[in-house]
Amino acid sequence: MSLWEYANPVRFMALSGRVLPWLAWGAGLCIAAGLFWGFFLTPEDYRQGSTVKIIYLHVPAALVAINGWLAMLVASLIWLVRRHHVSALVARAAAPVGMVMTVIALATGAIWGQPMWGTWWAWDPRLTSFLILFLFYLGYIALWSAIEEPETAADLTGVLCLVGSVFAILSRYAVNFWNQGLHQGASLSLDAKENVADVFWWPLLVSMAGFVMLFLALVLARTRTEIRARRLHVLRLRERME
Amino acid sequence: MRALLLRDLRLAVRSGGGFGLSLAFFLIVTVLIPFGVGPEPGVLARIAPGALWIGALLAVLLSLDRIFALDREDGTLDLLATAPIPLEAVAATKALAHWLTTGLPLALVAPGLGVLLNLAPAATGWLIGSLLLGTPALSVIGAFGAALTVGLKRGGLLMSLLVLPLYVPTLIFGALAVGRGGAGADAATPLMMLAGVSLGTVAVLPFATAAALRINLR
Repeated sequence: MSLWEYANPVRFMALSGRVLPWLAWGAGLCIAAGLFWGFFLTPEDYRQGSTVKIIYLHVPAALVAINGWLAMLVASLIWLVRRHHVSALVARAAAPVGMVMTVIALATGAIWGQPMWGTWWAWDPRLTSFLILFLFYLGYIALWSAIEEPETAADLTGVLCLVGSVFAILSRYAVNFWNQGLHQGASLSLDAKENVADVFWWPLLVSMAGFVMLFLALVLARTRTEIRARRLHVLRLRERME
Repeated sequence: MRALLLRDLRLAVRSGGGFGLSLAFFLIVTVLIPFGVGPEPGVLARIAPGALWIGALLAVLLSLDRIFALDREDGTLDLLATAPIPLEAVAATKALAHWLTTGLPLALVAPGLGVLLNLAPAATGWLIGSLLLGTPALSVIGAFGAALTVGLKRGGLLMSLLVLPLYVPTLIFGALAVGRGGAGADAATPLMMLAGVSLGTVAVLPFATAAALRINLR
């Protein structure tokens, strides 16, 4: 029993059908609990006041936005190497979800930045690289929707995803070079001395878990929809032949 | 390969294939900028490095679709794919031909346009150098974008959407080198980074271009 058995769409549909409700409920519960805990049960920051609480949306969305691209990269690689159709569909399904998460991260960041930094937008390296990530998502989705032949589209977007990943990382460090930052550094890394205080950390963790599950649930649901759409397409073609 | 290179060069120069057009486009963009931001010399000198780089980048972008689109239409691309030379070499050669007919002339006329934008005299050398080092990357990345969209009927707009984000590192380092060179600061570091971007893309991207072409020719 290996992981590759789920490359078979029938097996994938069976498994994802069983997992999906759990993921969806888990995501809903975790996000609700994390947000409620974070919004109402944590103290206000002594300098930022209540604005700090947007972190419970901002950080998980940013996390999912970046890891969503990573998931697309892995799925594209599997598609290009092993030609499993489910994998290509997962990459396709993940893109709009990741793009929306990028927008959420940018928007919540702007809403927080207006009172805190005194501006909606600054050309800070982190903000800029997120904007560039958004553009990459946009191009990727546009290429998917521009090509009609599904297999060609999967191949070309896969190649674009690989090249785009390299350039995304390159741009990330290029913008570091280009402008000094306003954004605070990593506050959640495991080995950092200056992490956020534990009171903020636990609800944030719950919220992040919720967002990850939300991402997985949405991607699975979208992939299942796409598989069904293709089956329908084949059935229609068959009907026309008879 | 040499025959292919010469053929592409000849096509670009002779048949109104847009050899002069990208230069004219570069000129027009540069002329429009003072109309947009006002004629004060200080402001112009401040934005000249970035404005010239963006103008050059857009000029390159507009000429990208001639790399593969015409050859695809008349079937030359199919012949090239079955020719005894590897498709990777075809991709690299066509990118080189594109650079010789676009990037190189752009780099050579850029100082003249720099005068229009009141570019600091100290920056002129850095401008030529950075364009010479950076435009190969623009051509190679552009060839990749052109290969991705070669099968589409109206791929031009989509291609700009795909290619422009990939141009970000090149633009950052290129404009930074000119700006720092003009201010008398250390411009060697961004220039070296720019050379690194160019060398890396020239080495790797022809393979991605060839892969995209193969998929499109299937």
